[in-house]
Amino acid sequence: MKREEIRVCLLRVGGTNCDSETQRAFQELGVQTENVHLNEMVKRKNLMEYQGLVFPGGFSYGDYVRAGAIWAKRLIAKLGNELKTFVEANRPILGICNGFQVLVESGLLPGFEGMSAYPEATLATNVPQGYNCRWVHIKNENKGRCIYTSKIPRGEVLRIPVAHSEGRFLFPKQKEQELLDNLYEKDLVVFRYCDNKGEYAEGLFPSNPNGSFHDIAGICNPEGTIFGLMPHPERAIFWWQQPDWTRQKNWPRYGDGKIIFESLIRYLVKKG
Amino acid sequence: MTSSLYTRRKGSFNLVEINTGVASCLQLLEISRKLGLGLSPEEMKTVQVYFNKEQRSPTDVELQTIAQTWSEHCCHKTFKGKIHFNGKEIDSLFKTFISRATEEINAPWCVSVFEDNAGIIRFNQDYGIAVKVETHNHPSAVEPFGGAATGVGGVIRDVLGVWADPIACTDVLGFGPLDFDYHKLPSGVKHPKYVYTGVVGGIGSYGNNMGIPTVNGAIYFDESYTGNVVVFCGCIGLLPLKKFKKNAQPNHIILLAGGKTGRDGIHGVTFASAELTEESEEISRPAVQIANPIEEEKLKRAIIEIRELNLASAITDLGGGGLSSAVGETAQNYGCGATVELEKVPLKDPGLAPWEIFLSESQERMLLIIPKENLEKALETFEKEEVEATAIGKLTLEKRLKLVFHKERVADLNMQFLFKTKKSVKSASIQKTNLEEPFFPEPENITETLLQLLAAPNIASKESVIRTYDHEVKGNTTLKPLQGAYGGPNDAAVIKPLEGSNRGLTISCGMNPNYGKVDTYWMAASAIDEAIRNNLAVGGRKISLLDNFTWGNPEKPDRLGALVRACEACYDFATAFGTPFISGKDSLYNESPLGPVTPTLLITAIGIIPDIHDTVSMDVKTPDNSIYVVGQTRRELGGSEYYRLKGFLGRDVPKVYPMQTKETFRAITKAIDLGTVRACHDLSEGGLGIAAAEMAMAGDYGIELDLNLLPKEALNRNDLLLFSESNSRFLVEVSEENRRDFETSLEPSIFSKIGKVKKNKKLTVYGVDQKTIIDVRLAELRKSWKGTLSSGCEL
Repeated sequence: MKREEIRVCLLRVGGTNCDSETQRAFQELGVQTENVHLNEMVKRKNLMEYQGLVFPGGFSYGDYVRAGAIWAKRLIAKLGNELKTFVEANRPILGICNGFQVLVESGLLPGFEGMSAYPEATLATNVPQGYNCRWVHIKNENKGRCIYTSKIPRGEVLRIPVAHSEGRFLFPKQKEQELLDNLYEKDLVVFRYCDNKGEYAEGLFPSNPNGSFHDIAGICNPEGTIFGLMPHPERAIFWWQQPDWTRQKNWPRYGDGKIIFESLIRYLVKKG
Repeated sequence: MTSSLYTRRKGSFNLVEINTGVASCLQLLEISRKLGLGLSPEEMKTVQVYFNKEQRSPTDVELQTIAQTWSEHCCHKTFKGKIHFNGKEIDSLFKTFISRATEEINAPWCVSVFEDNAGIIRFNQDYGIAVKVETHNHPSAVEPFGGAATGVGGVIRDVLGVWADPIACTDVLGFGPLDFDYHKLPSGVKHPKYVYTGVVGGIGSYGNNMGIPTVNGAIYFDESYTGNVVVFCGCIGLLPLKKFKKNAQPNHIILLAGGKTGRDGIHGVTFASAELTEESEEISRPAVQIANPIEEEKLKRAIIEIRELNLASAITDLGGGGLSSAVGETAQNYGCGATVELEKVPLKDPGLAPWEIFLSESQERMLLIIPKENLEKALETFEKEEVEATAIGKLTLEKRLKLVFHKERVADLNMQFLFKTKKSVKSASIQKTNLEEPFFPEPENITETLLQLLAAPNIASKESVIRTYDHEVKGNTTLKPLQGAYGGPNDAAVIKPLEGSNRGLTISCGMNPNYGKVDTYWMAASAIDEAIRNNLAVGGRKISLLDNFTWGNPEKPDRLGALVRACEACYDFATAFGTPFISGKDSLYNESPLGPVTPTLLITAIGIIPDIHDTVSMDVKTPDNSIYVVGQTRRELGGSEYYRLKGFLGRDVPKVYPMQTKETFRAITKAIDLGTVRACHDLSEGGLGIAAAEMAMAGDYGIELDLNLLPKEALNRNDLLLFSESNSRFLVEVSEENRRDFETSLEPSIFSKIGKVKKNKKLTVYGVDQKTIIDVRLAELRKSWKGTLSSGCEL
């Protein structure tokens, strides 16, 4: 499939608020996007007309219960079958920040045995507590499963901002180690928080901005097509979005977030 | 004794008629008090005469509507009234000092000023920038989180109210000392720490939830803010200029969109126009609204869509006074009357009385005027975003405000009467003070003093707060509030609002409440100077200003005299610098059991940078580059942070010397245009010493300074040179190859090379006697600077 023919759906509901910059990231790479309200999608039922699906960041429905929980339930209730068909066709789904929370809450991630009826993990309130907006470093840990990091060498460090108050990736305490082993076995770990030299954060703030278990910043499903992460790659596309571009004399034209979108697009182009 | 004054009208709902006909003066006052109208005896008399002429008694709806419309909050009696001062009569502070400055400057970039909910300036050929800054002090004192959150929500709606898409927020806050002694708190006053946590939380929550970046702000601590918290909320929006239309006509439909109407926020306006007392908590709790940012996020999307489809002929937000202000003012602005069917307003609680429906300040509501033929499409647009919208009435040719509740007329007021407010006459005087300059010896260990100053609450890093605000959302923040890994405080934020254009918007502010304790004229002058120089420092130009006053009770002549002095400076320095005022707001009556608020003027400056490539940040970049100071350092430490640290206020506050300053400002812009400036930081609280420390900490390189080389006037003491807060000064980093061009572009302004960037990560200062007076590691500076307001986990 030609890049220009790819159509990506950005799904939104009340409280989604990172859709415009996510849309801009795709546009910059020559991919068509459409910003569709969930209600509109429920009416149209045409999810399969899109090659990719993105859940952008924000505070869906105010996140009044638990971040992403309300949207996840609504999604399954209103669009469950379409979503299932979409997943089974190995069409990629990307969740950023609140979108990641939705993917976890809806049982799509990690999805050890496919979509789970209950969340298998959670994105809990940050430790230290509170909203935190800062640039962090994340390291690509994936061995090749994840289609969103296919263009990123393993071990490479990206610099991308986070902005959230509920991003602490956790497994149930008693099964923590077992599930972590599971993640590694299936190659589902994608990004881990680290410092600027690539040393793992080991839970230490601010390199690990939210206290995530095992410094986990993003994971994918066993097929590598569904991917969620707390950092915002769509805010790290252009040179002028970098936190220190004024320090450099010749700054690169693009930021580190771009390669994640490029990897996805490469998959879509190949998949046809 | 008064029961005969009130007659409940027969019917199924709650409507009271007030028999003002033959009421005595005392009875009129009693009515005003009992209904919470906040009207003066003269105003009540005017009301009585009007209804006697109409040959009937007013309803509670009518009296409440009149009270809202005539309140200080809605009609700015103080700023528009007459003031006797120094044997002269000032007819409107606003006209004499604020709008006159704008008219005389006649800046080509002003599109609409002082007319609508927000001021509008031209950004480029097709786009305009709308800006508004509001105060939300009173509600934040009673309920810090809700008060601050609804302050942000309200100012965002102001910007939506001129068809602009909100793109950034700015917030400036004032609190009492966080270590205030609990035992000294009078009952009814909340502890500064509680207020601080709540207000900061509320501001972050609203902006973050709506996905609008909070990019600029400041936090000040002052004893007088203990009882009077200061909350300034600002919003900046972008609009295609051709969408800025105003053509409402009779028979157009009045559409109410957004959240439902409830009992929250009733009498917010009259509450805001009175002093805070011990009972404020109990009486005024209902005056604070409840915030729901997600509702406003949906409302925003629908309104932008309606703008794109050209469906409406007018728009306004529902803020103070609720429907009564929004409907009344819209009708008045278009020379119409209006009819509203109050039972159509969607309610949170069906038991609301008609007057409560009309006055409620429930949040997240907007009023749109829609030509009949567009109504269906407009309703559909709201429905798509899951926003409730209801036609509640229409504009009329007859210039009366008519309210109907279940087919029964509950109000019928002549518009001219409603909006013709008599000018208030107040008197103002200047209180003589006997302030003196303190005498104390130069400290032996100036390094220690510097560390103490860095830790002073007004100078200490605000990173722990700034990080709780999303300043990146929308991905357009080109210069962020925090610079580099160590969180250097940038002078202004830069936003790149348009795709395909490198034109940027520069946002900064200035505020110097401590100078106002000595002289409010120089306080205002300094705030203007500071806001402008912050903006220039990053590369801004074509600067416009917003004025926001937080003041004490204007009925008291000394408070009003101080206000007149500040306004005089607003005129003098806005005209001197050619920076027009485009919008403003005043919050008066900030008095608590602990006394009045210290006179506080916030100046917000909005500028334009033609190409964001030229943006200058404040962190030093490269070792061996030269450090210049631009501007004159004088013995001006009155109200300074240094004197405060030593326990003094002093007398000689920083002044502004317009001729010299204009030269400096012009030179800085020219030097930036030539690309010769690697870093630039304004000198403000804590003067040269603090500015140099901040630049070094942010860049993670050392700086070496020689005080002998500093351009100075009548001053030869190391501590005073380092910490004087003289206005109109910048600290600039210039690379070796650019030094000649830089110096040429600065002529003939006052400047001097005073030092160098060093690789050694230390701040070193040589005193006037050539001795090393400061030699300290950056890590140590950071420890002091970040310790005060740290949440315990910063770098």
